[in-house]
Amino acid sequence: MTARADPPALSVSGVTKRFGGFVALDCVSLEVSEGSITGLIGPNGAGKSTLFAIIAGFLPPDGGTIRLRGEDVTGEPPWRLHARGLARTFQIPRLFSRMTVLENLMVAAPNQSGERLPAPWLARRQIRREEEALRARALGVLERLNLARHAEAPASALSGGQKKLVELGRALMSGASVILLDEPAAGVNRTLLREIAEIIAALNREEGITFLVIEHDLDLVADLCTRVWCLAEGRVIAAGSIGEVRNDPQVAEAYLGMTFDVH
Amino acid sequence: MLAFVNFYLIPGLVLGAIYALSAIGLSLIYGVMRFAHFAHGDLMALGAYVALAASTGLGISVWASIPFAAAATIPAALVADALFYARLRRSLPAVLLISSFGVALMLRALIYLFFGPTPLTFPRPIVPPLVFEGVRIQARHIWIILGAALCAFILHLLLSRTRAGRAMRAMSDDPDLARISGVATAAVIRLTWVIAAVLVAVAGVFLGLDTQLQPVMGFNVLLASFAAAILGGIGRPWGAAFGGVILGLAEECSTYPLRDGAPLLEPTYKSAVAFVVLIATLLLRPQGLFRGMI
Ligand SMILES: Nc1ncnc2c1ncn2[C@@H]1O[C@H](COP(=O)(O)OP(=O)(O)OP(=O)(O)O)[C@@H](O)[C@H]1O
Ligand SMILES: [Mg+2]
Repeated sequence: MTARADPPALSVSGVTKRFGGFVALDCVSLEVSEGSITGLIGPNGAGKSTLFAIIAGFLPPDGGTIRLRGEDVTGEPPWRLHARGLARTFQIPRLFSRMTVLENLMVAAPNQSGERLPAPWLARRQIRREEEALRARALGVLERLNLARHAEAPASALSGGQKKLVELGRALMSGASVILLDEPAAGVNRTLLREIAEIIAALNREEGITFLVIEHDLDLVADLCTRVWCLAEGRVIAAGSIGEVRNDPQVAEAYLGMTFDVH
Repeated sequence: MLAFVNFYLIPGLVLGAIYALSAIGLSLIYGVMRFAHFAHGDLMALGAYVALAASTGLGISVWASIPFAAAATIPAALVADALFYARLRRSLPAVLLISSFGVALMLRALIYLFFGPTPLTFPRPIVPPLVFEGVRIQARHIWIILGAALCAFILHLLLSRTRAGRAMRAMSDDPDLARISGVATAAVIRLTWVIAAVLVAVAGVFLGLDTQLQPVMGFNVLLASFAAAILGGIGRPWGAAFGGVILGLAEECSTYPLRDGAPLLEPTYKSAVAFVVLIATLLLRPQGLFRGMI
């Protein structure tokens, strides 16, 4: 008998996705180990966001399997995956624009009573108590994301980077243990970028949350990620530490025209 | 001036309160389910007739019969949703609209069947109006205005202070995002029907109290309710309430004798006001006064 290692937090094997005749993902396999911050890099149009959509149940794959902690979850709808602790953010942040930042977070908390909503005309005391607890938790998350001062602002009033943080906040409120971040630092100024990186690292260290991060800023990837996968034209072309991947000739070719300063 | 208050302002507010209650429901339904609920008027009539049956049958006051009205409109709305709308959830909004038109006809047929076509009235004693400094107002009109305001206030607390209300707002903001973030959308839809059905039952009883009961009573105010909801920005309950009050006032004031004795608009054309407001809104500000969803 061989001792079986714990299954990876997330494993993708042989995933293929076609849009009409165009092959967006061609037999992609990768793994995200439990408790890691894993990077997913690759040039524009490589299929990174498409892979996220498939992992999170937004798109059905044309082939292949997705496993969450060893369990086959291929084809499950997003809300079920969400309930299993898998959350994602979007490349273009998506929030409830007519609600406040705080309400955006409160809405994302899992519903203890399942499919039922608490009858608002019953048990007012209990509802109020739960409301207060929920509010306190949401404020705590905002504190952690340095967004507490925007709690009562409408979500639509935030900057792009702040919206990305609110999306992360929603993932945290849902109690997610595996979070997919689609370009958390795109279009974000340097200071906020550092802040976002620190927040991700702290969440990983302190709460043990596993992250899979799509990012074009390779310095940020180098800072955060222990392991990196590189996708190009729908295929995995390299995997390893950021140093190894950066030095891979195939990666350099895929990123033709982009220069890396290897540390 | 007093005449304006007595004969135009107060009736306008009463009518506005009724429109508001109906329009809030339409707006909520549109927000959560994205379709124009054409059976809303007939649901209102159903509520009014059941209240009539309860108050005459049990000998209770009309106000005490409101829960009976709601006890009829809630299951009617939920059953219509389960039998018809739920199956069509993924089809075009126009298909849902037409199916709700079908439900409207069924409800109206039921009313004709049980209560007949003759107009009926709630049993109500003839009482002299209350007089404050020359302002004359019927007690029932005070209760209608206060009752509508109370309903709006409770709805406000529900939408802003409870988890269920937040879920409803999230769903009307972005239904897909709400679904993927684990909002119990089926429960939100049921809750929306319950709230809209209660509000429309109250509106039906109020309308019956203000005028009389006819099988087409609700259908007659449906256009004005839609106009109010669109004026306020469809999908925004507060806008709908505001739009309802504006429309009620506009309708009543349209007959004000501004041109030396002759009414601004002949009373027979009163109901055209809603039409004009609807068309003007769609032409000039289709998103409504408060930026709705279309
Ligand atoms: N729904 C769709 N229908 C057709 N083609 C699509 C669809 N979604 C994505 N694609 C195509 O699939 C390819 C991969 O897109 P994807 O968004 O996954 O790339 P990406 O790696 O995230 O790129 P970027 O770094 O620019 O975000 C692109 O060529 C894109 O045009
Ligand atoms: Mg992308």
